[in-house]
Amino acid sequence: MNVELRSNKTAAETALAANFAAARAGLPGSMQMTAVRDAAFRRFESAGLPHRRIEEWKYTDLRALMREAKPLARILDKQTMLRARDAGEMLAGIEARRIVFVDGAFAPELSDLHALEPGLSVGSLAQALAQGDADTTRQLGEGVSVNDVALNLNTAFMGDGALVDVAPGAALGRPLHLVFINAGSESSAVFVRSLVRIGKGARVMLVESHEGVSEHQVNAVLELRIGDEAHVDHVKTSGPGAGALHVSTLLASVGAQARFNEFLFTIGSGVLRNQLFVRFAGEGTIAAIRGACVLKGRQHADTTLVAEHAAGGCTSRELFKSVLDGESHGVFQGRIIVRPGAQKTDAKMATHALLLSDTAEAHNKPELEIFADDVQCGHGATAGSLDEGLLFYLKARGIPEKEAQALLIQAFVGEAVEGVEHAGLRDCLMEHVAAWLAARSGG
Amino acid sequence: MHLLEVKNLHVTVDGRNILNGLELSIGKGSVHAIMGPNGSGKSTLAHVLAGKPGYEVTQGEVLLDGEDLLALSPDERAAKGLFLAFQYPLEIPGVATMTFLRTAINAQRKKRAQPEFSTPEFLKKVRDVAAKLGIDQEMLRRGVNVGFSGGEKKRNEILQMALLEPRMCVLDETDSGLDIDALKVVAEGVNRLRSADRSFLVITHYQRLLNYIVPDVVHVLSRGRIVKTGGKELALELEASGYSQYQDEAA
Repeated sequence: MNVELRSNKTAAETALAANFAAARAGLPGSMQMTAVRDAAFRRFESAGLPHRRIEEWKYTDLRALMREAKPLARILDKQTMLRARDAGEMLAGIEARRIVFVDGAFAPELSDLHALEPGLSVGSLAQALAQGDADTTRQLGEGVSVNDVALNLNTAFMGDGALVDVAPGAALGRPLHLVFINAGSESSAVFVRSLVRIGKGARVMLVESHEGVSEHQVNAVLELRIGDEAHVDHVKTSGPGAGALHVSTLLASVGAQARFNEFLFTIGSGVLRNQLFVRFAGEGTIAAIRGACVLKGRQHADTTLVAEHAAGGCTSRELFKSVLDGESHGVFQGRIIVRPGAQKTDAKMATHALLLSDTAEAHNKPELEIFADDVQCGHGATAGSLDEGLLFYLKARGIPEKEAQALLIQAFVGEAVEGVEHAGLRDCLMEHVAAWLAARSGG
Repeated sequence: MHLLEVKNLHVTVDGRNILNGLELSIGKGSVHAIMGPNGSGKSTLAHVLAGKPGYEVTQGEVLLDGEDLLALSPDERAAKGLFLAFQYPLEIPGVATMTFLRTAINAQRKKRAQPEFSTPEFLKKVRDVAAKLGIDQEMLRRGVNVGFSGGEKKRNEILQMALLEPRMCVLDETDSGLDIDALKVVAEGVNRLRSADRSFLVITHYQRLLNYIVPDVVHVLSRGRIVKTGGKELALELEASGYSQYQDEAA
């Protein structure tokens, strides 16, 4: 096949091509997998890194933001493992089963693999691919119609990640916590790919956290397959150390009569983008997709959501809140698609930005694409500063300015965090917000 | 010495003169009432005392215990013992009343170098005062004033006043929007707080409130200055004859 390459590649694009050529043969998987990787890389090369004239990436100009492509993360050394030993501690309060990945590689010695609940299986994607697991090879990216730059790069370069199966009807007693920690001393590129398959009627609380100390370029993809009548919570948190450049993609398909609660919790790091492609494939599902984000300095966080109602009678509620201080940029692009025939869809999306400085920027872009006639859909977006009247009321009671602001900011964020069903996790997230606010008051 | 002294106070809002040389002195433990027609500057006075942004003091001074009040931020004024009961208390969704009360009390105590209240100590205090004002526990768990009726909001103001134990209380048209039963509850709450160390400035349009909170001194405010001062009988006179004579006098 002939592919016409664009003539003037950026330094990052050139480096990605060189990295792929060098790494290709050593990446895990069968010949069939290599062919999938090659095809994905060709799709990437034909489009290149997206820039501001590409609508989906208008506010996160990857070509400008990604000046170089880091080398792939190396084999873990002792120092790296030492730095990673407390991975996941920031959410210790929830007493979850932790499965740890260090610089993208499965770290069984840091993971809790004892006495797995009946119906739960947890493993390494790299191992499955290396062993030529045909089901997994075939199922990666199966049914995914998204042609996205980050997804293509991930498919081309993916090394390791979690492979989780929950049997039909199984109810996990403890949250399952996938911990991704960046611990290497040199900044590297990390491509993790996880596949989580949840059977009919299963009950799962899945937490995914990204943390660390390294200035990595992280590209994480999670494919979440939710069976009919399953009840699934997925909470993704990212904090300082999630990467100098962090792009995360959720590909979720949700069966019929299911309950799905998605929550994105972001404490700013460098440049971060969370992409969510959620497809409601069966009727009668109730879903909530929410998020809260706090940014300062020159941090950038982009939430790009496509909620696709492919089957009728589903309810989805989307609520995103961002707090923007300093010169930070918050981006929300949300699209609800109602496919022909998805009648009785009930979808409402709201996004609110709270600007704490004159130099912070919020870009809110909610969209509806509706191809059915008997639906209830709506969206709303606001951006504003703290209410002066409320601030005065608090101050008139003796509460200093910064503390008064903190109370109102916590209330603002709290409205979204309230949607997290797990009380312990909710408290834990609000503690992180409080710590962020305390650092703000101190500084 | 007077607890509160307002001397030759001139205030403008958006370039318009609202207060024009207001003079007022309130001694320790006394209750003063300010009555006046709409637009005479009553609420402006309350807001300037509490430090609400948007008002420009062009002349004059305000002293609390001899200290320049206008140089302080609103929270510092509160810590010094000034309390404003709002005419329109605001709703703060997401901030539980209990959290709000505890934060306010401990912020003030911290500023005064007093130890913070322990949780059981604080809870008991709130429960006792709330019960007297007919505020139930469920209301305290809700967001501040969220879903409260007009009367409940005013009772919540008095609850805050009782807990914060200020020395100088300013009540800005606390009677507005209250029916007679609610008015009695609020007035009783205020009367329980009267003491030799605590002074009140009761701002009202109507004499009715002063039947329940009986003042020592009544002032008439018109066009931004005090035009008449008398005893509690002055309020009754005003009720009978209205404000028109004072508006003419000031003109």
